[in-house]
Amino acid sequence: MRAYLSVWRLRFLQGMQYRTAALAGIATQLFFGLVFIMVYVAFYEQGSSGSNFPLQDLVSYVWLQQMFLTFIMLWFRDNEIFELITTGNIAYELCRPCGLYPFWFAKLIGQRLSSAALRCWPILAIVLFLPRPYRLSPPPSLAALALFAASLLVGLFVVVSVSMLLHLSVFWTLSPTGSTLMVSVAGEFFAGTVIPVPLMPAWLQRVCDFLPFRWAADFPFRVYSGQISTGEALWGIAAQLAWIAGLVAVGMLSLRRAMRRVVVQGG
Amino acid sequence: MKLYVKYLAILFNSQMQYRMSFWLLTVGQFFVPFSVFAGLYLMFQRFGQLRGWSFFETALCYGVIHLAYSLAECFARGFDSFSGMIVRGDFDRVLVRPRSTELQVLGSQFEFTRLGRMLQGAVVLAWALYKLPIAWDAAKAATLALMIACGVLIFAGIFILFATMCFWTVQGLEIANIFTDGGSEMAQYPLNVYRKWVVVFFTFVIPFACVNYLPLLYLLGRADGPPVRYMLQPLAGMLFLLPCLLVWRLGVRHYRSTGS
Repeated sequence: MRAYLSVWRLRFLQGMQYRTAALAGIATQLFFGLVFIMVYVAFYEQGSSGSNFPLQDLVSYVWLQQMFLTFIMLWFRDNEIFELITTGNIAYELCRPCGLYPFWFAKLIGQRLSSAALRCWPILAIVLFLPRPYRLSPPPSLAALALFAASLLVGLFVVVSVSMLLHLSVFWTLSPTGSTLMVSVAGEFFAGTVIPVPLMPAWLQRVCDFLPFRWAADFPFRVYSGQISTGEALWGIAAQLAWIAGLVAVGMLSLRRAMRRVVVQGG
Repeated sequence: MKLYVKYLAILFNSQMQYRMSFWLLTVGQFFVPFSVFAGLYLMFQRFGQLRGWSFFETALCYGVIHLAYSLAECFARGFDSFSGMIVRGDFDRVLVRPRSTELQVLGSQFEFTRLGRMLQGAVVLAWALYKLPIAWDAAKAATLALMIACGVLIFAGIFILFATMCFWTVQGLEIANIFTDGGSEMAQYPLNVYRKWVVVFFTFVIPFACVNYLPLLYLLGRADGPPVRYMLQPLAGMLFLLPCLLVWRLGVRHYRSTGS
């Protein structure tokens, strides 16, 4: 366990080096957030069609999405791992005295966490003081805040276990572009990044409920604004944990299958 | 011009070497903006309209800007990935050849897989045009063509502008995304949904409104005042390209090789 923690820590520190990139990212995310909110505000003028999801909650939803973008985006991936697999350098990786799955898992978590840690605080500092209706409103209670933090963190593990499956799929396809592109686009749609899940028609919301993507993004953001009550949130976290268990099991199994038939060419 | 066609032929052949991957990527590119459009459709299904704009009118907006953006990405890809050229020092080679730098960089890359994305924009555009009751005449058709062509020029201008920055910064800048991805994301809705400062910026600094929103008012018969004023708006796209090319010349003169 200590080994994985230090892998995580190294990745985290490495990610923290890219401060200028983060600054550009912050500007981009603020701009996108503002544009999205302006569009939603215009839609909401139409009347009561959005009554199950008040504008204020929607604004928090958009800003949280922008702040924790690297927690929810599936395209956020580690090209090093792809290269290891396609070039055959994975042989070195196999010599290490630790499991491959937790090793990569820790690496991916560290990357996402460092990038979010750099970006979320400045954005938070700005959006808390924007004029209405663009301001991010605080959560209704301390319990909601605590549950939000917990579900966001558990959600990160859900995203990474999905993303592990994407990385592992390269063992079979050997080309990361095509397959991962399609899954990321679909996954991000069902996570509510294009339009928030509560604004989807009922049948699409049902579909989202049965997929893991929503649990990592949509769920914590609605816990934040108190849309999902405390009791429901606890059940939700249980669902998240179940998804993690399932996805990790599938991931470890397929990694073992891949390892059995992995061919490393010399050179 | 002949040289540029030759560049294209070579690049097309080289990309066709990986045929399977080429088709997969093209199909993938078709579906990437598809989810964005699906989102647009669902929002309209729920809310009915957007500040007096119907779904098909907004779809027209979307089609024009996405078609222009994907065309620009196809053609101006060389400028988009220009930082690589600087880092590798390949730009030195460009300078010693007896042709203009713009042409060579433009011809250095061409992203044929973006055709999928282009097709998607074209399908949406065609659908919207089919559903909208527009009384067509030559002037309106010409305006639409001009809108798309000048939209391409604006995006190309942005690519060139940020490529020029690489002369000083060497690395590419992520902030360019605000104006390219962000610009297309923003201009896919009619501009009157935004706040004043956004509208002013995207009319007078980067004239997206001139190739999209303002001439659309004329196409849809919402404009008041003489139609010529709206028809000629897209030409602002050409005006935008000029300073970009000037800055590029300035950058080229300023260029110092990385030496690698």
